[in-house]
Amino acid sequence: MKGLVCRNISKRYPTGKVALKSMSLSVESKGIFALIGRNGAGKTTLVRILATQMMPTSGTASIDGIDIIREPGRLRQEIAIVPQEARAIPWLTPMETVYSYLLWRGFESGEAKKRARKALNDVGMGDQADKMNQYLSGGMKRKVLVATVIASEARIIFLDEPTTGLDPISRSDLWKMLAKLKKERFIFLTTHYLDEAEKLADSIAIVEEGKLVASGTIEELRGKVKYPYSIKLLDGNTKVPKVRGKVIKGLDGSIQILTGEDEAYSVSKELIKKGTKFALGPLTLDDIFYSLVRKKIEGDDDGDEEENW
Amino acid sequence: MEMKRRIGSQILASILVNAIYTMKNYPIMLVWTFLSPFSLLLVIFFVSNGTLLGVGIEGALVMSMVLSGISMQGDLSHLRNDMKLQDMVVSSPTSALIYIVGMAISELVYSAPALTVLGILAVLFIHTTIMGAVQIFLVMALMFAFSIALGFMLSTFSSDVIQSWAFSGIVSTFLSTIPPVYYPITYIPLPYRYIAYLSPTTYAAQIAQNAAGYVSVPAGTVVVDWIVLIGVSILILFIAAKKTRWRER
Repeated sequence: MKGLVCRNISKRYPTGKVALKSMSLSVESKGIFALIGRNGAGKTTLVRILATQMMPTSGTASIDGIDIIREPGRLRQEIAIVPQEARAIPWLTPMETVYSYLLWRGFESGEAKKRARKALNDVGMGDQADKMNQYLSGGMKRKVLVATVIASEARIIFLDEPTTGLDPISRSDLWKMLAKLKKERFIFLTTHYLDEAEKLADSIAIVEEGKLVASGTIEELRGKVKYPYSIKLLDGNTKVPKVRGKVIKGLDGSIQILTGEDEAYSVSKELIKKGTKFALGPLTLDDIFYSLVRKKIEGDDDGDEEENW
Repeated sequence: MEMKRRIGSQILASILVNAIYTMKNYPIMLVWTFLSPFSLLLVIFFVSNGTLLGVGIEGALVMSMVLSGISMQGDLSHLRNDMKLQDMVVSSPTSALIYIVGMAISELVYSAPALTVLGILAVLFIHTTIMGAVQIFLVMALMFAFSIALGFMLSTFSSDVIQSWAFSGIVSTFLSTIPPVYYPITYIPLPYRYIAYLSPTTYAAQIAQNAAGYVSVPAGTVVVDWIVLIGVSILILFIAAKKTRWRER
């Protein structure tokens, strides 16, 4: 079967900690798939299982018909990973880092050198290729690691929180690379930066406490929340119109109204009449995430009560 | 079309990362790895007024094999836990066996400068027969395989470099401090000699010292030494093959 399919994957560590609880998931193996969740939600555990680094306690999974448990050797021909917390080896240069990784993948030396040089140029590291990794900035070191998988022939790439700790410009550079890369490969990305997932991913899954909360395109996820539209009032003293939805007071004094499409339209008209400044839009992934995850944690009924955040 | 993967390249990658690039980019490592086997040899040479030079050279050769595994344990723990390199390699076409073979060779490459000098010293100062030389070589090869298997297995169990130092310390005490490698076992008073026999290195040293004529051991004892050494090596290789965590459970 094509695509990535997980069936009831569970993982209990020897310490007794349960990281995944019967997770089932099915996504197309093309473009970028983003797995989002809080710290400790089970993202890295799932990635490590799918990348054949760890056995699940129960359940099974396959990627494009290759069983991760029974055929790890076959799958390893097709995958490459930049693990969470991976570091570019300090005493190697970027060229040596990418070149040796390609040798591990079985490339002939000449071809490995050619590909390594090209990948480093592609990520904008051509000028730094022969400088030792220890003298590079954090963003550059990350680019070196991403260059290893770009240079490889793997058509399935796992990137576990690749932008954690990067400054906004380095993040944006990396996003551009990934946007280019997704045209040719399937990228399985984990992140807790929701804007990153929203900008890059073709499909998204939200995990919480080892369970799948929701999955789909951003539009499909928006369809899973009760109030898919947001009206933001910058002036916290504005009298909030009567509306069927949820009113949230922000720490910055702003007011956010979550509501349905028709309600959003009529409230907007009312606010325009009063000359009130506001911003209207569909829910962002941030809002969807908070809504779905909070609902899961608190058993929230998505009621209409006012709340602070 | 499926890509043709070269095992030679996969082995070369480990040698480059763990030995060649390290020595090229940090030349100080070359000096350290060159000097380390000679420190104890010098002490033995001066303390014995030169009488134990041959035994010391032989000991340094055996010890360099033992230290390869101990050193590899530290190297692999560091690459695995701090760099996450092993995770990248596990999720690649390189198998555990190819990775370990490459890393084992990298340790030999790393100690090549010291081994070359020790080899020259051995030719100059150890006077033995061809059979004796073969025995010394086999002992070294067995100790190398034993320590590499042990080192690799332990590296996959350590979750932190600090823990790996503890493993190194314990293994080093057991394999290199207790056994009489740089001097004959007869130098250890009898009740304590039995403690030395707890370490497989003692049997290796006894075979090598007997092969070079530095101690005279009955033929039956040599046979027992070989049986113990081969048995322990096979046992460790078997345990390592079963217990090493390549794909975590």
